[in-house]
Amino acid sequence: MASNSKSSERQRIAQQRLRIIAGHLRKQEEADHIEIAAQDCKAESSRTDTAKPNSVPKRRQEIMKWNGWGYSDSKFLFNKKGQAEFSGKRYRLSGLILPSLKEWFEGTFGANLQHKSPAATALNAAAIPPPNLSESFVEELKATDIPFSHDTEDRVYRSHGHCLHEIFGLREGQYGRCPDMVVWPNCHNDVVKIVELACKHNVCLMPYGGGTSVSSALECPPEETRSIVSLDTSQMNQILWIDEKNLTAHVEAGIIGQDLERLLNERGYCTGHEPDSMEFSSLGGWVATRASGMKKNIYGNIEDLVVHIKMVTPRGVIEKSCQGPRMSTGPDVHHFILGSEGTLGVVTEVTMKIRPVPEYQKYGSVVFPNFQQGVACLREVAKQRCAPASIRLMDNEQFQFGHALKPQVSSMFTSFLDGLKKFYITKFKGFDPHQLCVATLLFEGDREKVLQHEKQVYDIAAKFGGLAAGEDNGQRGYMLTFVIAYLRDLGMDYYVMGESFETSVPWDRVLDLCRNVKERIVRECKEKGVQFPPLSTCSMPPERRSLPMEEACPTTTELGNSGRSGCKTPSPVWAWAC
Amino acid sequence: METLVWTCTEKTPEPGVFSDMLEERRRNSDLSYALRTYSPQPYKGHPPSSARALHQAVMDSQYLRYITQEIATESGEPVEVIREEASGLLEEMAHNLQLSVIRLLGYTLSKVFKSVFRRILVNEDGLNQLQQAIQEHPVILMPNHRSYVDFLILSYIMFTYDLPLPVIAAGIPLMGMKLIGELLRRSGAFFIRRTIGADKLYWAVLSEYVKTIVRTGSAPVEFYVEGLRSRTLKSLNPKLGMMHMVLEPFFKGEVYDISLVPISVSYDRLLEESLLAHELLGVPKPKETTMGLLKARKVLEDDYGSMHVCFGQPISVRELAKGRISRSQYNLVPRDLPQKPSEETQAFVNVVAHGVVRLQERGTVLSPWSLMAHVLLQSPEGLPLVTLTQRTAWLRALVLKFGAHLDWPAQVSDEEVMSSSISLHRSMVCCEGGRVFLLEEQAPGGEASVSPEEAVFRRAAVVLMCASYRNQALHAFMRPALVTVAMATTPSTRKEDVFTNFKFLQELFSNEFVFVPGMAAQDFEEGCLLLVKCGALQTSDQELGVTEHGADTTSCLRAILQPFLQTYQVVFSHLTKDSALVFTERQFIPAVRSYCLKLTIAGELPTYEALSSDTQKNVLNALLRMNAVTKTKVGDQSELRVNRAAIQRIGDILAGRIPPQSAAFSRL
Repeated sequence: MASNSKSSERQRIAQQRLRIIAGHLRKQEEADHIEIAAQDCKAESSRTDTAKPNSVPKRRQEIMKWNGWGYSDSKFLFNKKGQAEFSGKRYRLSGLILPSLKEWFEGTFGANLQHKSPAATALNAAAIPPPNLSESFVEELKATDIPFSHDTEDRVYRSHGHCLHEIFGLREGQYGRCPDMVVWPNCHNDVVKIVELACKHNVCLMPYGGGTSVSSALECPPEETRSIVSLDTSQMNQILWIDEKNLTAHVEAGIIGQDLERLLNERGYCTGHEPDSMEFSSLGGWVATRASGMKKNIYGNIEDLVVHIKMVTPRGVIEKSCQGPRMSTGPDVHHFILGSEGTLGVVTEVTMKIRPVPEYQKYGSVVFPNFQQGVACLREVAKQRCAPASIRLMDNEQFQFGHALKPQVSSMFTSFLDGLKKFYITKFKGFDPHQLCVATLLFEGDREKVLQHEKQVYDIAAKFGGLAAGEDNGQRGYMLTFVIAYLRDLGMDYYVMGESFETSVPWDRVLDLCRNVKERIVRECKEKGVQFPPLSTCSMPPERRSLPMEEACPTTTELGNSGRSGCKTPSPVWAWAC
Repeated sequence: METLVWTCTEKTPEPGVFSDMLEERRRNSDLSYALRTYSPQPYKGHPPSSARALHQAVMDSQYLRYITQEIATESGEPVEVIREEASGLLEEMAHNLQLSVIRLLGYTLSKVFKSVFRRILVNEDGLNQLQQAIQEHPVILMPNHRSYVDFLILSYIMFTYDLPLPVIAAGIPLMGMKLIGELLRRSGAFFIRRTIGADKLYWAVLSEYVKTIVRTGSAPVEFYVEGLRSRTLKSLNPKLGMMHMVLEPFFKGEVYDISLVPISVSYDRLLEESLLAHELLGVPKPKETTMGLLKARKVLEDDYGSMHVCFGQPISVRELAKGRISRSQYNLVPRDLPQKPSEETQAFVNVVAHGVVRLQERGTVLSPWSLMAHVLLQSPEGLPLVTLTQRTAWLRALVLKFGAHLDWPAQVSDEEVMSSSISLHRSMVCCEGGRVFLLEEQAPGGEASVSPEEAVFRRAAVVLMCASYRNQALHAFMRPALVTVAMATTPSTRKEDVFTNFKFLQELFSNEFVFVPGMAAQDFEEGCLLLVKCGALQTSDQELGVTEHGADTTSCLRAILQPFLQTYQVVFSHLTKDSALVFTERQFIPAVRSYCLKLTIAGELPTYEALSSDTQKNVLNALLRMNAVTKTKVGDQSELRVNRAAIQRIGDILAGRIPPQSAAFSRL
């Protein structure tokens, strides 16, 4: 990080200062779509005076669904005319009609709009056993002034992540074991106090960040007899300081992805860590689940971004005594914190690398005649070490699925253009519409380099029969990332279930893995008597650049239909989350 | 594995209804049959890849690259030379399946089959399951091999029923036949050398070739798990080389699953019946030549009754491997590197291969003749037709209780069944004045001068021919028969003791008959259960006893195995009394044969079956396995050394004179 040419460095710093000052002065324009929760944290001395807007209130139920993905006001639905639309105002897709979704939905899953499987409309508080409180713990907690609650809704909200079986249970009114109490620490010291008390009174603590877990880490063990306390970190959401010389930021672990990114952007920085769940998932959660982001090719995964972690364990606070990027002696304590899923302690503060916001961004997309060619191209891109910030390959099923989510086009001209493109690819170039697949690309950096980089990647793609398919397709692909998670809830309204899962494998096994997983899903559905064949799709982000052993990680999404036997049976389709 | 598919005693899967393929052929034109549209549904909708693409894929494979590099380093020759050599081997091996040739064959075979067979019966349920399986997973067709006719019958059936044509593993001698070799190649045969031995390159090319076909699922692979044509019509213990090759893509996750389809082919009468008997007596097999084939034309003028092809239920290898194979071992090494299969894998492949043979046995459809052969062999001097009819009918009831499939014509009296079988087999049996007896083979030069040796051989030829038909049904009786023999040789009636003897017998006979390794206990239970079912055995509290009416059954079952027991004893006595202590492998068979002759002339040979070289070899292999004979390499010959005391002991145990030491034979 040492500066070489001092004058340009100085200039840059000056510009940044200006931007930062501007950031302080700017009004909070986002207020119209972000709920502002009252900041009741007793601000500590190190804290900035300006209270930051907070996307997640203590009472999550004010803005979030209790039995589905995301914001209460945003969802897919079929309107009175039978057309699919996406409600709300938060997303670019919000309020738009999706004309082809219905046909795709009915055709693919054999679903029928007349045949609904609605969720339980409201939380049935009577079905939830009263909290099993530890009196002594509650007494002492009261004395600390840390807010807590044993309200039923608060408890149920924190009893699950977003695995299919968890959401299915909620929709069907089957609540498993819930936490007995929720606490909202406001800072690191609060957590220290809570952990101390929990040890003293033999109470279980379950850290809760964004609630987007898909590893069942938020499920309370049903056999647990002790009182379970959910430790909600959502109020620990401040950026404590930014070190512009070393380009690091020290942040409280409860901050959620979109807030972190927005606040850093205001000051001209970014983390570059963008997991698909970044709207809701928290920094501490990323650390605890060893998260990976869309742009890891440039910025790295969370383990590459983290410089320092503070974690409160039952035996005291664990942290390194320096910010050295690496140490060659002894094991690295970060290695067991990363991926520990909250079982070893509560991550409270994290120092992570930041970077200046990139000057230029460009989307792109490439169409390949088939998935094999696409994989081969990604392999070559990885081999030549020229992966763009993000490159994501979707198989044919996912490509068609993406098409079904195209909003109504505004003009005759666009629809004409679309037709022309399709004609060119399928008829002129001879691509089989049931075989072709698409890679979406995102380039970042300074303008000149981006253009150069783009050319390099397209040249490689051409060797594998890939055709550049425009910026729009690429951009839409990334935009869909955030709304697609809402689609499962729509499916579940019509007997369609879905789940997503991801893994990583060496390059030579990518195709085998995709085929075998799909096959397994088909066979399991058949054996379980699912009436309609499932839809399995997969996509593939390439391997991260710093690994000596190369891997690729396909994500497979499965969709299926539970059949229409009349009774509601648990069965097929999808979840996204971090 | 929740239940090993090949152990369930009660439910042999029903083959369903058989229908006659030739009926349609007799009604309609063969030409339009051969030229009709043929559009099978292939695996995953992939069209079969061309022979050239396959060749390219094999040559480009990382595995072959690695091996050729390794050989080049070892031998010091340039890689290009080695690769050239590999390409040559591949050229020699590869099939060149062409639809036009199949059409030609379809036409010719229709003509031939119609003249030779009365019916070709195929179970359509099995075919339907096969069709399903082919679309879902790569399929391995695993027929038994009883006759040269088997070779193209599956292709013929697949063509007729609009299923993808298989590629067939064939022995290289077939390739040597002028014209026919090329014809077979173009109808999907690929050729494998008989002795590969330590030829690393050949092994690599072959296994990559087979694995590529399985991986891409471009065609069903057909091979004989028994390795060769059974000369005795008994099942043979499986060979594992091909089995390893076809299963590896599954172990390595290159395919999701593989379906194994056991197929049982059986004949009322075999085209090469007398050839087989002569081979067993030491007359060498005629070399496969095109001329020979043409000369054999006159065989085609005879009547050979029906042929049955029973397609078994496809077995999912994935299901079989559940809990038995940890496939993660393949995650840790690049999949293209040659890897010696782990012990676990070897054991698994061994069990699967044996299991498939067992399923082939169970799918076999028996003809009445194979039951009559049992009766005839037990009365070497002939017997009244009435008795033959009675005893065959009795055996029929028994074998049905044991769960075998029998092609016994309905709505026909038993007498008629007898006479039609006798007339079909008039070359070896005849009925005169109400008595039925085995014929002696006619000498080519008339009755002129027959040496005593030759007379013995002629007699033996007929007996062995007849025995081979009996062997077709042997499996159905095997387990109960083995239990009865074990009971007869055990002084006590305790189940445990009988089981010890049973295990000894399985160990001794494991070259002779096919037993799935590690399943002695299940086999024993199965045997007991079937005996109880037919009312011959009662079990109480760890005791086994023959019922009042069971004596007939048990003595009959013992008689079935008698020729084998006798032959083993003959060979034992040869080795303990007659032979040298050390001899070469090549000397063994002639020595035993002349010992048998000596006994016959002295009137002491208990059974003509002792002259079967197949059984003689099996005895030797059993003794080698049990360390009663040891083999040492001397120069390029292997030398066998006899441990007379050990053989004496095995003979005594077999005769029931001393009990087996359970520990010594616990290997099974």
